[in-house]
Amino acid sequence: MVDFRMPSLGADMEAGTLVEWLVKPGDWVKRGDIVAVVETQKGAIEIETFQPGQIEKILVDLNSKVPVGTPLARIRTELEGTPGAVAAAPPPPAVPAAPPAAPAVVPAAPPVAPAAAALPAAPAVERPPITPPPPLAPAAAARARVSPAARRLAEERGIDLSTVTGSGPAGAITYADVERRLGEAIAPPEKKRVPGLDLDAMRTAIAAAMARSKREIPHYYLEHQVDVTPCEHWLAQKNAALPPDNRLLIGALTIKAVGLAARRFPAFNGFYRNDKFEPAAAVHVGVAIAIRGGGLAAPALHDADQLSLDELMSRMRDLVQRTRAGRIRSSEISDSTITISSLGERGVEALYGIIYPPQVAIIGIGKTVTRPWVVDGAIGPRSVITITLSADHRVSDGHAGALFLAEIGKLLQEPDKL
Amino acid sequence: MSDIDIRKVVQEELNNIAPEVDMASVDPAADLREALDIDSMDFLNFVTAIHHRLSIDIPEIDYPKLITLDGAVAYITAHLGSSKS
Repeated sequence: MVDFRMPSLGADMEAGTLVEWLVKPGDWVKRGDIVAVVETQKGAIEIETFQPGQIEKILVDLNSKVPVGTPLARIRTELEGTPGAVAAAPPPPAVPAAPPAAPAVVPAAPPVAPAAAALPAAPAVERPPITPPPPLAPAAAARARVSPAARRLAEERGIDLSTVTGSGPAGAITYADVERRLGEAIAPPEKKRVPGLDLDAMRTAIAAAMARSKREIPHYYLEHQVDVTPCEHWLAQKNAALPPDNRLLIGALTIKAVGLAARRFPAFNGFYRNDKFEPAAAVHVGVAIAIRGGGLAAPALHDADQLSLDELMSRMRDLVQRTRAGRIRSSEISDSTITISSLGERGVEALYGIIYPPQVAIIGIGKTVTRPWVVDGAIGPRSVITITLSADHRVSDGHAGALFLAEIGKLLQEPDKL
Repeated sequence: MSDIDIRKVVQEELNNIAPEVDMASVDPAADLREALDIDSMDFLNFVTAIHHRLSIDIPEIDYPKLITLDGAVAYITAHLGSSKS
């Protein structure tokens, strides 16, 4: 028997409010299934289990706020025998019928990677350094894939999922697809408030993390101008033949380049904890995403160095939409190993980020500008971005930082190889 | 589809991206990226939504033509009439 506990989703989190159960006693769960939604300062976070088994008992009522580490549910592990005894157990009285999760359905994207280290409830499981997306469970192949958030939205709003066209990987239905369907069904669209996003609480969380960063981390800052004309040409050519669903943005290229460079320069990828640096085995790139109305979250794109550009782009779209809809998963909020911040095409030419502790580096991407540039001895107009690095001087020095930035710039010269 | 219907569709899709904006108050000649504070990902989502809803192809090279509300309506009107892709 294993307790499923309130996870710590960052050093500043002390407690969370359980707002939704996606399982009920008797349900089978497998590793990576989303079992509950917890409201924190960072918004509503979908909590995954890393312990496969059968839900034996729900221990915490809806809307209770409990400290990190509190057992939320009891899971009978697969090794503990037949579920006969469990079926006989009476369901806890205070839990209303939550929509059952569909364990056969693999979440559309991104495939949930194990992040056991971040969750005290789970035994420490090494994340394999190279994890191909898990193969589809046989049952899921026959069934339309639907992300949990999409399924929930459809249920809440009475949308028949068979009328929704999926735009995710392999035709999976994403939250945005259901939203789109809603837009078609309802006119005019009602003004909506994003549920699960408390911007005041988010501001408090940002304040705590950034103040801690500036207090504890001796930052150093570097900048590097990179000619991204090759990226623009390559993208224009590639996107011309693609429907909008499959088009790439330059952001996907920069994330991939940073991911690959971080793999080669491990001093920028990992955590500084207990007075020492722990390099990370995998590269999970946190993407800073602005929330409308103020606020910011930086959920992780897992294994960004391993993904194809197409896969990276579709995960990024999914992540941005879910973040803005207040639906981030627990593994995404707690395990970024490096962060990228970009203020967009109408933003500024350069930004110097503040490291998100316990990470040790943040990359800033400025907007693309046209500049006179010397190529092969002649001056011509080129598209240039300024890439910056803020890094932790306890872990690395400027020399290594310069090589790291130069590597990112070099990778962007050959977008077809990314 | 009338010009008014198309304008309504465009406004709805933009509202899906920027829910808090009162589309009636947006200057139809203003740059949507600034008027609605949307980024390149939002704009791509807008183009994707229009593509799905009205079955018209909007190549990347034409994005600048859709950068205002009036521009988007005019572009869609022209393409709904001529080609159904």
